[in-house]
Amino acid sequence: MVTDNRPLSPHLQVYRPQLTSVMSISHRISGILLSLGMVVVVLWVLALASGPEAFERINSLLATPIGLVAMLVWTFSLFYHLLNGIRHLLWDAGWLLDLRGAYASGWIVLVASVVMTAVVWGGLL
Amino acid sequence: MAQFRLPKNSRITKGKHFPAPEGAKNVKTFRIYRYEPDSGENPRMDTYDIDLDDCGPMVLDAVIKIKNDIDPTLTFRRSCREGICGSCAFNIDGTNTLACTKGIDEVKGEVRIYPLPHMPVVKDLVPDLTHFYAQYASIRPWLRTQSPAPPDKERLQSPEDRKHIDGLYECILCACCSTACPSYWWNGERYLGPAILLQAYRWLVDSRDEATGERLDELEDPFRLYRCHTIMNCTKTCPKGLNPAKAIAEIKKMMLARRGL
Repeated sequence: MVTDNRPLSPHLQVYRPQLTSVMSISHRISGILLSLGMVVVVLWVLALASGPEAFERINSLLATPIGLVAMLVWTFSLFYHLLNGIRHLLWDAGWLLDLRGAYASGWIVLVASVVMTAVVWGGLL
Repeated sequence: MAQFRLPKNSRITKGKHFPAPEGAKNVKTFRIYRYEPDSGENPRMDTYDIDLDDCGPMVLDAVIKIKNDIDPTLTFRRSCREGICGSCAFNIDGTNTLACTKGIDEVKGEVRIYPLPHMPVVKDLVPDLTHFYAQYASIRPWLRTQSPAPPDKERLQSPEDRKHIDGLYECILCACCSTACPSYWWNGERYLGPAILLQAYRWLVDSRDEATGERLDELEDPFRLYRCHTIMNCTKTCPKGLNPAKAIAEIKKMMLARRGL
């Protein structure tokens, strides 16, 4: 019997997105975005150290619509990754490890991330 | 490295359509994954319109009706039809569950049925579970002891100790949880997956077992245990309402505890 040519059953293509898996992959994506954001922070500090013209230039770059959207996404990523990281620490300690705990804490993390992002940007604008 | 796209031979094509009988009033559409190993063709999705007035209430009833009355070539596993054998585990309406305990009325719109995700398909809805069972065997799922057995009775357990395996012994090894786990999708060759780890925990907390240290040694591995990232798809999908994610977290805690942390 030939067994090595068996098809692989569909997975990501058919599995229903749900809070559990979506928040898990978002944790990774927000972590990657934050790493990229760190590079920008370093560039920003470098510009600050190399004089007023360079600092002016990077600030005007960050004030473009694309720069603003990127910073908004980074702000949300920061709070999401922070709060969801705490959720993971609680899980590692053995807490909230049932469906109710996972869903309740998941929604709290999502809402709190949005609120904290809004507070930061509300303070800036 | 995880491969997110399906391999070429696994991409799904459009299949046949079997319309409902004339005069049927209460029609529900079932879209079912089909794969015929001898045809040399890719898997396809066949569509069956079922008259629910002439069909039992569960998804398994509809699948059996299709095989009996419409298309006898449809292949699937089933046995007990009451959620205890674990044979009829499919991906139904986007999540893994047992067809026999899933009501047709729980699904809005079309009922889409696929084999358990990210598994080699033998035929239609039948996945190859060889590796899954080999992983189960690898944890040696039986009582391991050093002390001699009592000569006149079995090894006893207090009611309190017996309670520790509640929520664990009920697992029927249907593989719904393991095949719902993205970590198991990408690393299933080496990661044991939620079902097998729940079973491992079942023996770790059994007061009669005397190989706890040995069992933990066997799990102390970057892949076998620690590919669990607490995604919790396993607990979400378990048709028996068990909590593999919790069992895995408890194993991780046991690992820490024995290091004095």
